[in-house]
Amino acid sequence: MDFKRVKDYFYWLYFQYLLITCSYVLEPWERSMFDTILVTVLAMVLYTAYVFIPIHVRLAFEFFSQMFEGQPESTI
Amino acid sequence: IHHIVQNGGLYKKPFNEAFEETPMLVAVLTYVGYGVLTLFGYLRDFLRQWKIEKCQNATEREEQKDFVPLYQDFENFYNRNLYMRIRDSWNRPICSVPGAKVDVVERVSHDYNWTFTYTGRVIKDVINMGSYNYLGFAQNSGACQEAAAEVLSQYGAGVCSTRQEMGNLDKHEELEKLVARFLGVESAMTYGMGFATNSMNIPALVGKGCLILSDELNHASLVLGARLSGATIRIFKHNNMQSLEKLLKDAIVHGQPRTRRPWKKILILVEGIYSMEGSIVRLPEVIALKKKYKSYLYLDEAHSIGALGPSGRGVVEYFGLNPEDVDVMMGTFTKSFGAAGGYIGGKKELIDYLRTHSHSAVYATSLSPPVVQQIITSMKCLMGEDGSTLGKVCVQQLAENTRYFRRRLKEMGFIIYGNEDSPVVPLMLYMPAKIGAFGREMLKRNVGVVVVGFPATPIIESRARFCLSAAHTKEILDTALKEISEVGDLLQLKYSRHRLVPLLDRPFDETTYEETED
Repeated sequence: MDFKRVKDYFYWLYFQYLLITCSYVLEPWERSMFDTILVTVLAMVLYTAYVFIPIHVRLAFEFFSQMFEGQPESTI
Repeated sequence: IHHIVQNGGLYKKPFNEAFEETPMLVAVLTYVGYGVLTLFGYLRDFLRQWKIEKCQNATEREEQKDFVPLYQDFENFYNRNLYMRIRDSWNRPICSVPGAKVDVVERVSHDYNWTFTYTGRVIKDVINMGSYNYLGFAQNSGACQEAAAEVLSQYGAGVCSTRQEMGNLDKHEELEKLVARFLGVESAMTYGMGFATNSMNIPALVGKGCLILSDELNHASLVLGARLSGATIRIFKHNNMQSLEKLLKDAIVHGQPRTRRPWKKILILVEGIYSMEGSIVRLPEVIALKKKYKSYLYLDEAHSIGALGPSGRGVVEYFGLNPEDVDVMMGTFTKSFGAAGGYIGGKKELIDYLRTHSHSAVYATSLSPPVVQQIITSMKCLMGEDGSTLGKVCVQQLAENTRYFRRRLKEMGFIIYGNEDSPVVPLMLYMPAKIGAFGREMLKRNVGVVVVGFPATPIIESRARFCLSAAHTKEILDTALKEISEVGDLLQLKYSRHRLVPLLDRPFDETTYEETED
């Protein structure tokens, strides 16, 4: 019983995605083309985030901590 | 909150009109949707031009390709790439009388709405929320139908002539006296087609050297009549009296553009109820302005005659004003009287002039006799002269239905435009995919609605328009409301954040409505 409700909810979410991006009115081949392009772009965004965000966060953290800790070190 | 407008005592009861603002997220997503559809439209046009895909819409012939292109503007692009995809919500054939319930012929398309085939089935008893059947006179049984059938057997169906030649029947004279009595004017004249009444009579009333001030959202018939007349046209913002007064002041002070001569005539074109917005014209203020600046008023009561006012006499009675203040009262018999045709009412000299100079009287066939009898019977019923109280009951039922339906929709959380008392209810949809989805889902649940998109409305403000009727009982309305709520939850249409935009009214600094001393 619970599975059916969860499945219905996910189907409703998919229906909202179809309505908002107007895939509801596109023909099936147009829909698959749009889905492919969207998934490709999202995958590239996620991969870039996975590769670059930890490095950038670490560098930013080092930069700011150097700014705060560098001052007392130089006077001593 | 209801914003009550009291402009120096011109309004006898509160004027509740509200247009909620589009939520920002919804507007952004609507543009995203239109962007995706535009990109796919360009792709399909490219495929069609390079013959990769078969071209099924109208194009120029090969020999004409070097001439000025016919199908390259945005409207044609919209038509073949967006409208075609959701075309099955419009032009649905019906096969019964359009009363409270109607029978719709089922059709299916196998090539994405380019062609339709009939399955042979008929969807019976679809709740009709789209017909302009405000008082419920669209019936195939009852007093109106019997009288019309008798006249049909006596006069036949065709008139075979224009009004000025051999088409002036005694039925027409009887109808015109009745219409004049109903409206409270001196004299009236009727025409065969409501659109032709506007487009053929405005050129007869104004010409070059005259000024027409017309509302932003006027109907195509008024716009066509104004353009055909050759007069100068200036547009004021929808229902905005400050804008109208500014235009009137400029017109009187500066006169005609180059010669600075005074205008021969200034004609203000407004409608009683605007059918796409559901708003009612601010008639007391328009009449006060008209009297102050000595111009003429042309009031198109196509949707408001029979639907507003305690006894159904239109927007003039709704505000409690004098019908003699409106110079030209125009209306149609299509909406509340269940017939066809239009009328113009006013002073006797005006109507006598129109009888000789109107294009419609000279060239167009006059009304058909059974239709005339339908109008006579329904108008007598509305005035109470046929001995029953059916007319009064219908008008009160319509007012009750309007209040109930609007209140329930607002409580559910939809964005509804327009005045509280107008029987035309636009429900905002905004996103293009939801236009098609709403029409189809409602038909699956046996409710027939009219959805409207570009070019009848601005491109992001697409809507579903409900027309209430006195023939709808409370059970029918409750069923329809339940289905609308269900579809609203399914499509996520309940956008309202219950924050009303205050009406842009500054009654005491810019407008002056003193009575002229004559």
